[in-house]
Amino acid sequence: MQINLEERLKENPVLRKQFDELDAYIDEKAGQQGSLINVMHRAQEIFGYLPDEVLAYVSTRLQVPRSTVYGVVTFYHFFSRTPKGRHTISVCLGTACYVRGSNSVYDKVTKSLGIKAGETSPDGRYTLDLVRCVGACGLAPVVVIDKDTYGRMTPDKVVTLLNKYV
Amino acid sequence: MEMRTLHVKINGRDYQVPDGSTILEAASAYANIEIPTLCYLEGISEEGACGVCVVDVKGTRNLPRACLTKVSEGMEIWTNTARVREARKINVELLLANHPTDCFTCERTENCDLRDLASELGVREVEFPRTRTEWLPIDNTSLSLVRDPNKCILCRRCVNVCAKVQSVYAIDIAGRGSNSTVSTFLNEGLGNVECVNCGQCLLVCPTGALTERSEIPDVWKVLGDPDKIVVVETAPAVRVAIGEEFGMPDGTQATGKMAAALRSLGFNKVFDTDFSADLTIMEEGFELIGRIKNGGTLPLITSCSPGWIKFAETFFPGVLDYVSSCKSPQQMFGTVTKTYWAEKMGFDPRKIVVVSVMPCTAKKFEKERPEMKTAFHYWQEKMSLKDEEAFNDVDFVLTTREAARMIREAGIDFANLPDEDFDKPLGESSGAGVIFGATGGVMEAALRTAYEVLTRKSLPRLDFEDVRGLEGMKSATIDIDGTPLRVAIANGLGNARILIEEVQKGESPYQFIEIMTCPGGCLGGGGQPLSNNPDIKKRRAEAIYREDAGKPIRKSHENPEIQEIYKDFLGEPNSEKAHHLLHTTYHDRSGE
Ligand code: SF4
Ligand code: SF4
Ligand code: FES
Repeated sequence: MQINLEERLKENPVLRKQFDELDAYIDEKAGQQGSLINVMHRAQEIFGYLPDEVLAYVSTRLQVPRSTVYGVVTFYHFFSRTPKGRHTISVCLGTACYVRGSNSVYDKVTKSLGIKAGETSPDGRYTLDLVRCVGACGLAPVVVIDKDTYGRMTPDKVVTLLNKYV
Repeated sequence: MEMRTLHVKINGRDYQVPDGSTILEAASAYANIEIPTLCYLEGISEEGACGVCVVDVKGTRNLPRACLTKVSEGMEIWTNTARVREARKINVELLLANHPTDCFTCERTENCDLRDLASELGVREVEFPRTRTEWLPIDNTSLSLVRDPNKCILCRRCVNVCAKVQSVYAIDIAGRGSNSTVSTFLNEGLGNVECVNCGQCLLVCPTGALTERSEIPDVWKVLGDPDKIVVVETAPAVRVAIGEEFGMPDGTQATGKMAAALRSLGFNKVFDTDFSADLTIMEEGFELIGRIKNGGTLPLITSCSPGWIKFAETFFPGVLDYVSSCKSPQQMFGTVTKTYWAEKMGFDPRKIVVVSVMPCTAKKFEKERPEMKTAFHYWQEKMSLKDEEAFNDVDFVLTTREAARMIREAGIDFANLPDEDFDKPLGESSGAGVIFGATGGVMEAALRTAYEVLTRKSLPRLDFEDVRGLEGMKSATIDIDGTPLRVAIANGLGNARILIEEVQKGESPYQFIEIMTCPGGCLGGGGQPLSNNPDIKKRRAEAIYREDAGKPIRKSHENPEIQEIYKDFLGEPNSEKAHHLLHTTYHDRSGE
């Protein structure tokens, strides 16, 4: 794993830069209380998500067992172990949205994109998320794409909407 | 130091209990009330995860957990109110809601803490629905252990033992809430991570979530095959524990009954790993003497515990040069059976099946190490065998528990069997071979031989009391006829780590170090019977030293069968042939 990474860093200047950035942050934070969570946060900002080799790398650098790193990363919702797509679609399954049929909106999205919640489409275009209430219950059912909120969604409307996000 | 005492009431009676006790301890020690617990493991796992130990305390609204809550002055505790009984029941029912109900076919059906508790608390039906929608896949990746996450109640005992006692940290809780599981890194499975196969997690699991990878069906199969010559070898720690499985008192020396029972199962020869333990001492003792005399790498570190070997390969590849090159007794036994004994008897080595009965789960991993095919290489040229015909030196490993299960399955009344002896020649052993089963035993056995070889004098006293005892770490200076030899012993890998870090830094003051993976040494191994007796290791250790004291021969180099194998087959200890057959190599696994 380690050796492998060294070689790939030599060939890939982008990756090299990302790891250098992470290293700089670790050097600054190492030894501080709660540094694991901070470091993982920073890593996610740098890489866009938390690739497995980054988990292993952080484990070695911080001298935290890798099972613990994995435990922490899987515990918090805001950590993602899969790359994020260019657009994040969040379908609300809160009570208000649910009773107005948001599950059929969700089903439609999963069918047309071929992915489930938490997954990213193979072309890297979309990541699908489920949320519980976005505070726009008056507009139920609600779908949020990136920073835009759309209300009164239907299975048909959502497909047209998705196509706008390239 | 004066201990402050507090006045408390337990179920209406007054007691004075030491400050700092938990409600659980106070109730047990002073009021004779055993509050039920499930997740609690004193000093190791005190997480308050299960909520089974709740009690009523006057003036508090919630029911505090007795395992975590300390008593305070004037505290009034009720351990048996309707509210308490109901809460305990609910907490167990919640655990049962997601639990499989196939108790009949579960390996732990006879000794499951969860099942016992449910019945003690009078749980008759589970009112809660399952919250998990799917069954989780079973982790079958390990050669030693099988983990069924569906039976796991997330008590965290295994996680804490692995981290705090063994310092391996192979597992942790992953995910959150009702989706959490005990998982390895990336959920790759125990066989693909740093797990050293020690089975200490299995010993503390209250349910059937952790079991050994069973080889019982394979062994039954070869026992039924008339073409095979099936021999069994039994490790020293097995004979002082197997009786527990048959209701005999803790610390029973069941050597003779064990030999008889194994013979009744149909093994063609009942041999003894103690023989090869003597052989290990000859090889390792002479390796020590050689390194001392020739200024070799010191300290010499013992190599018979396969969990420790994988630990060193994974975490301390830099110290592998210090580790003795000797194979473990199990592996030496397999090799000599399929070379020396096969030759002596004129048997085709391919027909010999070696089954070992071990107190250990890591031995199942060890026998599959690719370098453990020495007998095959020995014969390959002589018999012009093809590569595809390669066979292991040891074919199957049964834990003490598995051997007991087979004996029960065969309907053998173990406790009432007349004692029988081991077969010869590979069943002859000295007391030195026996004490291998206790922490400090390999050290003591090696010292008995090294002393006499180095000084050419006979030992004035055979018992090295300084290296005995169940403490996690011990050190002593042994006087070898005027020359001091500094030795240290660690059992439990957390303790081993401390000694080995010194070695890695080049700061170890010792010349000889014994490391055993499991707390107490083999007698506390992950393959041993599950026991509720907190003194169980002490009882087993006493039995081992009694067994040693009762042996007519107590030094490995005086075992006549050992003398004979050197004379007829191996030549000298550490000879080229001995090196070839009885020694091995290690690899750096730090990148795995
Ligand atoms: S077998 Fe030992 S090393 Fe492996 S998970 Fe269990 S306690 Fe940890
Ligand atoms: S596997 Fe066993 S010991 Fe580990 S958390 Fe689950 S129930 Fe507890
Ligand atoms: S035994 Fe106290 S919470 Fe589990």
